Amino acid sequence: MKPAVKRLIFFAALILFWGLGSHFELWHETILPSPFSVWDALVAGFADLTLVYDLVASFRRLLIGLAVSLLIGTALGILLARSKTADDTIGSMVLALQSVPSIIWLPLAMMWFGLGEGAIIFVVILGGTFVMTLNVRTGIKNVNPLYIKAARTMGSTGIDLFWKVIIPASIPYLVTGARLAWAFAWRALMAGELLSAGPGLGYTLRYASDFGNMALVIGVMIIIGVVGAVVDQLIFQRIEKNVLKRWGLES
Amino acid sequence: MFIEIQHINKIYTDKDNNANTVLEDINLEIPKGQFVSILGPSGCGKSTLLSMIAGLTSASSGGIVVDGKNVQKPGKDRGMVFQEAALFPWMTVTENVVFPLRKEMNKKQAIERARHFLQMVQLSNYAGHYPHELSGGMQQRVSIARSLAMDPAVLLMDEPFGALDEQTRSRLHGQLEKIWIDTQKTIVFVTHSIQESIKLSDRIVVMGTRPGTVIADIEVDIPRPRDEHKQQVAALEERIMGLLKGEIDKVINEELAYEARS
Ligand SMILES: Nc1ncnc2c1ncn2[C@@H]1O[C@H](COP(=O)(O)OP(=O)(O)OP(=O)(O)O)[C@@H](O)[C@H]1O
Ligand SMILES: [Mg+2]
Repeated sequence: MKPAVKRLIFFAALILFWGLGSHFELWHETILPSPFSVWDALVAGFADLTLVYDLVASFRRLLIGLAVSLLIGTALGILLARSKTADDTIGSMVLALQSVPSIIWLPLAMMWFGLGEGAIIFVVILGGTFVMTLNVRTGIKNVNPLYIKAARTMGSTGIDLFWKVIIPASIPYLVTGARLAWAFAWRALMAGELLSAGPGLGYTLRYASDFGNMALVIGVMIIIGVVGAVVDQLIFQRIEKNVLKRWGLES
Repeated sequence: MFIEIQHINKIYTDKDNNANTVLEDINLEIPKGQFVSILGPSGCGKSTLLSMIAGLTSASSGGIVVDGKNVQKPGKDRGMVFQEAALFPWMTVTENVVFPLRKEMNKKQAIERARHFLQMVQLSNYAGHYPHELSGGMQQRVSIARSLAMDPAVLLMDEPFGALDEQTRSRLHGQLEKIWIDTQKTIVFVTHSIQESIKLSDRIVVMGTRPGTVIADIEVDIPRPRDEHKQQVAALEERIMGLLKGEIDKVINEELAYEARS
């Protein structure tokens, strides 16, 4: 059986079990609403466009934040890989920063940027930057020395060697870095939105919870999960796989 | 002389500051157009010596002159083919061969030139493929084409066929011999296979180990193709085997002594 078919059967069974449980009232509707209520909440949300606005707002923050974090992360990663002093100093700080969830910056960010977009985007940027930095650094440091030797015997040095050989050779790490940066940024975004003003998926989640609309809470959770899984598997894992194959790192 | 290797010494110091003399007083003169093999047991410093001619490794003392110029750093006058093909996996076969040419000529000329050298190694059909789609032998031929395309004065080859199976290797020997005859390049060829060195070269420099020194410098005056002179080949093989036997025993004894100590 194909994995896709197995997956389909699994999720169908899960929803069936959930529906049956609700039907026979194994749990109360306010604890866990039935799949039908969740479906209705989602349909209503999309019909009056609130969920569409939420998605657009969330993706806007994500794209801005992720783009900035990939840029900073790449630049910082190159710096750490090229300069021993930077690696010994900034490098250790990046490691420390990477080990804390970026959402803890939110209170500070709110002081700096107010309660709006700025604070959330800041948290998203911090969420993505450091994994990207560390991956870029590792990628550049792990370039097969044979490529560098070969390039040097072919007259490539300095900046040419760096941009034409070292950077392309580290692309597998850059792609992995971008995938992880996306995952961290997505988590940071949701946390940030939960704690701030809307619109946005996280905001609607909290709003629905405040008003006891459990069906919408679960609906939004499902959207968040689906977006995460789809972007990761359909976009990043696919690119990663192609790159690994092309770079000869996967048989 | 075209290549002059003068009083080369190479000493590596390890982390405990123990000096390890890898090469001791190597002197060699190689005339233009010669096919020289450097033959020796594993660890005798063949790769180190070759990489010094390439300018990738510096000598502890002594100097190397190629075509009147002191070797300080790598240069396109010395092409290098490594044991692993060292092709850039993110480039197609053609792009790989164009890599050393891109600064000197326009794109069209470079591609034309790449095509010519890919034809020479009989890989025209694979111009648009990526390295991972090629077998090891094909990759190695691309890397030979890539080196030849930049028209180096010397081709340095470090066990280029070491990782290949016997049949592929033997076919590539034929191709390399033909390329050498056609292009008149000077070739310095590192190997630890006695047969390979006899089959291909004008001259065999036999090295001993610990420290690496030249223990014999043999002119091979068997007519080509060598396959047709089996007796002479066998006799020379015997002779070199005798020379290397002592060296191999030396390595084994040292290893046994080391194991006994630890
Ligand atoms: N960068 C290095 N640092 C320290 N020691 C080294 C270094 N490179 C080589 N050596 C030592 O120098 C010696 C010769 O190495 P080299 O690679 O030149 O041998 P080789 O003759 O090419 O052997 P093989 O046939 O196995 O390739 C070895 O004993 C090795 O341990
Ligand atoms: Mg070697």
